[in-house]
Amino acid sequence: MSGVGFWPPSVLEVVFLLLGLVAVGSALLVVTTRQLVHAALWLVVCFGALAGCYLVLTAEFVAWVQVLIYVGAVVVLLLFGIMLTRAPIGRSDDLDSGNRVVAAVVAVATAGVLVSVVVGGFQHAYADLRPGAGSAEELGASIFRNWVLPFEALSVLLLAALIGAIVLSRTDIKGRR
Amino acid sequence: MHVVYPAVVAALLFSIGVYGVLARRNTILVLMSVELMLNAVNLNLVAFDVWLRDVLHSGQVLTLFVIVIAAAEVGIGLAIVLAVFRTRKAIELDRLRELGEP
Repeated sequence: MSGVGFWPPSVLEVVFLLLGLVAVGSALLVVTTRQLVHAALWLVVCFGALAGCYLVLTAEFVAWVQVLIYVGAVVVLLLFGIMLTRAPIGRSDDLDSGNRVVAAVVAVATAGVLVSVVVGGFQHAYADLRPGAGSAEELGASIFRNWVLPFEALSVLLLAALIGAIVLSRTDIKGRR
Repeated sequence: MHVVYPAVVAALLFSIGVYGVLARRNTILVLMSVELMLNAVNLNLVAFDVWLRDVLHSGQVLTLFVIVIAAAEVGIGLAIVLAVFRTRKAIELDRLRELGEP
């Protein structure tokens, strides 16, 4: 419980809401645009706005990792996938399947349930933002002191995924008969 | 910062991802929607970590782990999509019906 009201919003909240608006709007464009490449580029805008949200929430290391990995690596991978599958580059009207209406109903129902639950559950919660809680120093100490075993397991997982992707995408590797 | 704001933004992003997964035909667009859903979860993790001031920084560390897992998932997913494209010459989801009931 806190005595901080919703009005007037602080400068941080206004910045966060604007960035969130950009993220939600570009995410809507990702799922509705008719051009495949534009969807990947709107995804860049969405991830960039989310990185800004992390910065506002004082999670600066996560924000830069988001920029490096999502904007830098994942979107480039997706663009490679678009090119390698010889997708249509211009407008194409068959990107949506026939169940758009059902999907929209399910999505609106999901949004209604989730928004009403989080508004009902956290309407009095107030996070006091203090800079430095998400710096590289803090997070590095936390990872290498308390989260070493999951970190190592994740490294092995990443290696396995790498080898698996190579094996799946090469055509000259034959299985044992 | 009220915790409601990031939670609501994350909920909206998640529902948009749900719409994309259900409505899109192209497999790569479905992968993009899955990324949107993962990012919504990341925003929740960061917001609640900042709110609860966890000494272990569980939220932010788990966000980093989710980002790594998402990268691995996209790598494997695109390799599978390329393998399907090589054998079927199509990646539209509703044309890959060999396993479904006729």
